[in-house]
Amino acid sequence: MRQWDSEQYSVKLEIRGVTKIFKSKNGALTALDSIHLDVRAGEFVCLLGPSGCGKSTLLNIIAGLDKPTAGEVRMDGAVVTRPGTDRVMIFQNAALFPWLNVIDNVAFGLRMAGIAKAERQEIARRFLRMVHLSDFERAFTHELSGGMQQRVALARALALNPDVLLMDEPFGALDAQTRDILHGELQTIWSDTHKTVVFVTHNVREAVVLGDRVIVFSARPGRIKQEFVIDLPRPRQIESYAVVDLSRAIMSVLRDDVLATELDPEAQWLQQIEERVVGDDVL
Amino acid sequence: MTFSRRVLAPGWTRQVVFFVGLLAAWQALAWIGVWPEFIFPSPLGVLRTLARGFQNGTFIVGMAISMERLLIGFGISAIAGMLLGLALGRIRLLDETVGSLVLGLQALPSICWLPLALLWFGLSETAILFVVVMGALLSITLATEAGVKNTPPIYLRAARNLGARGWRLYALVILPAALPAIITGMKLGWSFAWRSLMAGELLYAGLGLGQLLMMGRELNDMNQVVAVMFLIIAIGLTVDRLIFAPIESRVRERWGLQA
Repeated sequence: MRQWDSEQYSVKLEIRGVTKIFKSKNGALTALDSIHLDVRAGEFVCLLGPSGCGKSTLLNIIAGLDKPTAGEVRMDGAVVTRPGTDRVMIFQNAALFPWLNVIDNVAFGLRMAGIAKAERQEIARRFLRMVHLSDFERAFTHELSGGMQQRVALARALALNPDVLLMDEPFGALDAQTRDILHGELQTIWSDTHKTVVFVTHNVREAVVLGDRVIVFSARPGRIKQEFVIDLPRPRQIESYAVVDLSRAIMSVLRDDVLATELDPEAQWLQQIEERVVGDDVL
Repeated sequence: MTFSRRVLAPGWTRQVVFFVGLLAAWQALAWIGVWPEFIFPSPLGVLRTLARGFQNGTFIVGMAISMERLLIGFGISAIAGMLLGLALGRIRLLDETVGSLVLGLQALPSICWLPLALLWFGLSETAILFVVVMGALLSITLATEAGVKNTPPIYLRAARNLGARGWRLYALVILPAALPAIITGMKLGWSFAWRSLMAGELLYAGLGLGQLLMMGRELNDMNQVVAVMFLIIAIGLTVDRLIFAPIESRVRERWGLQA
């Protein structure tokens, strides 16, 4: 069990008064309302809230794909202004490149970083081994199951050796059994690699199984409603009584916001905006 | 199972029966001799002309010359069309200006460029290449533009996250992501180029299949006219079915666009 001690663990991410308002011809849409949050180095933080509450917007802003309307995000003290490979995002639908085979997908970021072919293949192989896909390095993405695709996406992100992993409902589209297995593997990889993880989910038990802390977001406009420190021993099982009990307590905080979001037509609109953010300096 | 179902069940059997029947009816009509041979050729006459044309090399030379023009013209169109489409798809100012010009020119059948090309380039290879390029360029440009505009944002998000920027984002992510649309555009462009080339060779131009077709007319040799028509159909079908169709279906499968 970890004890968070401000002297022992440095702050990796500082989120300071982040507000995000999207403007469109239909009017203004407040996605986030003055979010304050610190994430310590090596910490696993889950952002939990109904879909379309703005938590993915926060992840986009941390990734540097989007800019806050007010406030700022600092990483190791420096303000985040654009994407960087010290923070790599993993998406719900894996977002592998179908024109590349598995090993070239994993090596893509290394190629962008200008690493020579032999070396990047060697690094990619090492991370494919970590996610148990060594036998599939020549496969193409359409030949892989959803769970295997997420393993490749994880290897692709880890290959860049980022300090921070930003995970946007990465297991949301998987069946329950596959998800359970990947929960176990993610916990192992996280404790082996000491990455800082910000993990967005709307699945309460998933948040409790994975997180050191669970930050509960309100319905839109997203505010931090409550914070839960999860100090259950690891590795955690999703069906254990402790997880289920804690999940029930968190769900009781969340229930009204889930209902409110279901009735909020703009929540879906916000989700569509979040999925299209690519950064403004592409061209 | 009835007799007819047993004979006709698979798709290709029906086609074989149909075409054999058609050829037999055609040959029968020719034997009856209602029309003279320079108006109504026979399948056997066409076959003899084909054999002779291949033996003395005229058909082979004609095909080679037409294919050379087509490959050069199509190659220029493919490269220029991809670059232009990429620019139109990403740069709004270009799209609003040059893009509307491209759309407008698309309405002009490419053979209508021939008089202009002849005045510019004279009776030369360049003139016919120009017409072929104008036939294929616009549809490849428009398809590339559509593919680039419809690049799923998720690929851009992932690529930006993994450190892709500048020209490598274009060459290694945006273009490959648009490949299914680009291939469809190339297939369409190829068939436009082929049609333009034949029209151009019919109206003007030494050698080539279009020229052989016209020669048949001038000699009142209907067998040659029909034989060359068969060659043109055969080349069109071969390229479409044996080159473009397999590439297209493979790309669509790999890109997850079909089961």
